[in-house]
Amino acid sequence: MSFKIASSPHQHNQRSTAHIMRLVALACLPGIAVQAVLFGYGVLVQLVLAIVTAWVSEALVLKLRGKAVLPRLKDNSALLTAVLLAIAIPPYAPWWIIVIGTAFAIIMVKQLYGGLGNNLFNPAMAAYVLLLVSFPLQMTQWLPPLSLQSVDLTPLDAVCSIFTHYSCSGFSLSQLQANIDGITMATPLDTLRTDLGRGLTLDESLNRPVFFTFAGTGWLWVNLAYLAGGLLLIQQKVISWRIPLAVIGSLFVLSAIATLAAPDTVAGPLFHLFSGGTMLAAFFIATDPVSASTTNKGRLVYGALIGLLVFLIRNFGGYPDAYAFAVLLANMAVPLIDYYTRPRTYGHRPRSELK
Amino acid sequence: MPGLFQQIQAGKLWDFHGGIHPPGRKEQTNQKPIAVLPIPDRLYLPLRQHIGVAGQLLVRVGERVLKGQQLTSAENSMAVPVHAPTSGTVLSITPHTSPHPSALPELTLVLEPDGLDEWRQREPLNFLTCDNMTLLSRIQDSGIAGMGGAGFPTHIKAGLTQPVDYLIINAVECEPYISADDLLMQEAATTIVKGIDILCRLLNPKAVLIGIEDDKPIAAAAMMAACSQREHYYVRLVPTKYPSGGEKQLIQLLTNKEVPNGRRPADIGIVMQNVGTAFAIAQAVLDDHPLLSRIVTVAGDTLNQPQNVLALLGTPVSALLDACGFQSQPQQRVIMGGPMMGFTLPDLSVPVVKTTNCILAPTAQELPAASTEMDCIRCSACADACPASLLPQQLLWYSKAKDSDKLQEYNLADCIECGACAYVCPSEIPLVQYYRVAKADIREQQREALKAEQAKARFETRNARLEQEKQERLQRNQQLAAARQQQQLASGANTAVADALARIKAKQAQAAPAEERSKEQILAERELKKQQAREHQQQKAEQQKAQQQATEQHSEPTEQTATTATTNSKAAAVAAAIARAQAKKAAQAAEQDATEQQLTPAPNTEKSPQAEVSTEADPRKAAIAAAIARAKAKQQAQTEHETGAVPATASTANKPAAGSDVVTAAEDPRKAAVAAALARAKAKKQANAEATEQTAASTPVTPEPDAVVTEDPRKAAITAALARAKARKQADSENS
Repeated sequence: MSFKIASSPHQHNQRSTAHIMRLVALACLPGIAVQAVLFGYGVLVQLVLAIVTAWVSEALVLKLRGKAVLPRLKDNSALLTAVLLAIAIPPYAPWWIIVIGTAFAIIMVKQLYGGLGNNLFNPAMAAYVLLLVSFPLQMTQWLPPLSLQSVDLTPLDAVCSIFTHYSCSGFSLSQLQANIDGITMATPLDTLRTDLGRGLTLDESLNRPVFFTFAGTGWLWVNLAYLAGGLLLIQQKVISWRIPLAVIGSLFVLSAIATLAAPDTVAGPLFHLFSGGTMLAAFFIATDPVSASTTNKGRLVYGALIGLLVFLIRNFGGYPDAYAFAVLLANMAVPLIDYYTRPRTYGHRPRSELK
Repeated sequence: MPGLFQQIQAGKLWDFHGGIHPPGRKEQTNQKPIAVLPIPDRLYLPLRQHIGVAGQLLVRVGERVLKGQQLTSAENSMAVPVHAPTSGTVLSITPHTSPHPSALPELTLVLEPDGLDEWRQREPLNFLTCDNMTLLSRIQDSGIAGMGGAGFPTHIKAGLTQPVDYLIINAVECEPYISADDLLMQEAATTIVKGIDILCRLLNPKAVLIGIEDDKPIAAAAMMAACSQREHYYVRLVPTKYPSGGEKQLIQLLTNKEVPNGRRPADIGIVMQNVGTAFAIAQAVLDDHPLLSRIVTVAGDTLNQPQNVLALLGTPVSALLDACGFQSQPQQRVIMGGPMMGFTLPDLSVPVVKTTNCILAPTAQELPAASTEMDCIRCSACADACPASLLPQQLLWYSKAKDSDKLQEYNLADCIECGACAYVCPSEIPLVQYYRVAKADIREQQREALKAEQAKARFETRNARLEQEKQERLQRNQQLAAARQQQQLASGANTAVADALARIKAKQAQAAPAEERSKEQILAERELKKQQAREHQQQKAEQQKAQQQATEQHSEPTEQTATTATTNSKAAAVAAAIARAQAKKAAQAAEQDATEQQLTPAPNTEKSPQAEVSTEADPRKAAIAAAIARAKAKQQAQTEHETGAVPATASTANKPAAGSDVVTAAEDPRKAAVAAALARAKAKKQANAEATEQTAASTPVTPEPDAVVTEDPRKAAITAALARAKARKQADSENS
């Protein structure tokens, strides 16, 4: 009788990469649902397009690289990239935006760097930046919440406008962007930025209909939904609390200081936390294990760096929202951060005491 | 802030970084009493069952041994003996599959029990009255080595001379499935505490901390009850977390101290012993019951009756499994040790040894085999789980790259191989396996580096020695050369004569009995001869040149003739013929010069009359003799340094050879005369040809007629030709 030889440990916690990726994707669901309800069903169409593109691109490249396709498709990493990109772009952007973006994310940013685990940059954010820089018009056509729209949008309208640029009843995207009074509405961040640029004070700007008390109408709920999903991930020990806390914490502290220094021109911390993609980025994007820092101290530094960059770009840079840029810049710093934040090994003196 | 000791007394516990919570699955076995196995048919006792060296065998094949009889000695301090677990006969002592991850065969004593279980003489000790040395040697002689898994010889840890603050008794048993220590504490808490008493006598600690994981409430209660009379014994329940039973981790849990890198717990005043070891000490000292058996947890879903068994050391695993109703499955794994750090067994003949705490035979559903290794997603779950605060994914990266410098920078050596990282890895990367390989590689590299360094040192020493010898030789040569030069200067212008005189002296010195000469003298002589040979060689080369230019004028045999001569006898004959012809010519020339010869300096006068007589008699024979003589002389010149003969000049060389020559001359005065005449003639000619050269005197034409050779002129000719050829060759090779 011969017995199977194996190396210890012989026990495993049975939580696989696929399982983790699936959990993260599932934790996005509350946010997606709120987005669909408040901003229309475009996001769902984008999701389908993105996932299909991601799978096709991933399979294609794996085939070219001579790797087994199915086990790697099953790890759900391509799926997660697709989901994150789909919920990050404007829900009614034309179909080719998401197709180009997803294919770029999977093929160029991930697979050409060696596949899962080897990419320096967050694929979804790199693709987002590519799209934003290449197609600025399409990438900034955010529709206001349904409650503020002049025309009611059906799910079919979402499909029509994404594929034909016109809703079924023939409205173009720019027409849909206009409110009942015929005034074009951008995102709260964009609106505030424009208003402040025109010399309005913060309070004057916040009186506009796109704002709801301290944050944007609709956006507050989307952010709260992502916050809930993120907390679930922390509770499930899928992500560490350090990166989200550092992102939110640094953005909060910086904007609090700034708003105290210049109350008329800088929005307060709550506005920053619940507008734009803060919660999505803090819990789902910055925590991408592949491109984030891997040490505990490093994660705090990495998160704080993202918060700082977002604060700077939102308030002083050329873009209303800045998570994609902030995350990519922080990705670049990761090897350095990791190197200098190595933990003290058991029984060794702290690194600072060496020398 | 209370001091550390007060905090410990107050029951404070600390925590260590990382750790995991795998399902315990101890309920399979921890509620059942310990079963005693029947004595098996055969016992396989590896001679080394601990960390350290094996003792010397004390028994022979075929010998009957009694229960508890020592089978190996323990002369070395790192050796602990092995005992016969029952009475029986030694069947054989052969290599047998070892209970080690490598499963390499190890020298094993096979014992056939006779079923009588007959004890040897036993001498229980009263530990309160005997001294520490007696106790320690009893512990060593009883074969006790750490029973927690490492198997470190217990008497070394118990015999520390450093002051010990805390004696920690490790009863954590953090690996899933294993409940052997649990059951031991449940059933034998009193004996364990006696063992701790003995350790306390030896080490005299401030406090004894007994660490038990909180999933063993019955065992903890039993221990608390047994310790109730002892003030400084503290039973501490530590939270269930793997690997809190690791030595370093338990120290951190109970005392908040870390063992500094590269040091031992004793350096921070801590000694840790396994609870099973304490029990074995009590048995050894109080009952003179050496380590003969141990409790082994036999668990896994393939068993009908998973339970703890008391197994004799040497019992094959198959006997344990059979006693528990083992049903093998396809792709069955049988693990010795726990699921986290145990190793799989290749077959079931592997015996239970002192460190075997568990035999695990799981089903594939229970402990699924590792699936395919996927890519690392840098999630750092491994770093969060690592109890040593390492960065396992960085280590993996550098292990794959075989970057041993980086691996050392990231403290690979601090990995305790607990397997927590691989347990949590979502990509199911066998991290521990990578680290084991990398560690082995680094060890190998270090060994190689050490070896290379030693070889280099050896080589350099040798080079230095050779260089020194060379310098010494050179110096000696220079001194000798200088001495000779002075001598030459002193003896006047006639350097040739002086040279010859020196050579004669050397020869005479050599002729003296060998034992009278010191080694240095011999060396000096040898050097002198070498020097002379070299000079001679050079002269010959120059002479050759001159001869080539003047061959037609002089009847001297040219060296060119020798070039055609080979070892081939035919060619040699031809050469000899040529030589003869030349010799003849020379003889004729010599005849003409005969009168002049009489006027030559003293050394030749002795023989000149004979020469005058004989020259006309048989010019042919004389020519042959002359040729032979030339050849011989040449040969001799080449091999001078070996033979020690230095007859280099025609004018003087006859003198040393005179003794033998007289005989030859007497027998054949005519021949001798011819030879002498020839030699003279030649010397003269040469002197003419090389008048400008100071060294002209040392021509290689010493006539030394040999009776044997002249008897067979043909043979002699061949020999002569051969000799010439050889000389030539040698000269060539030396020149090149």
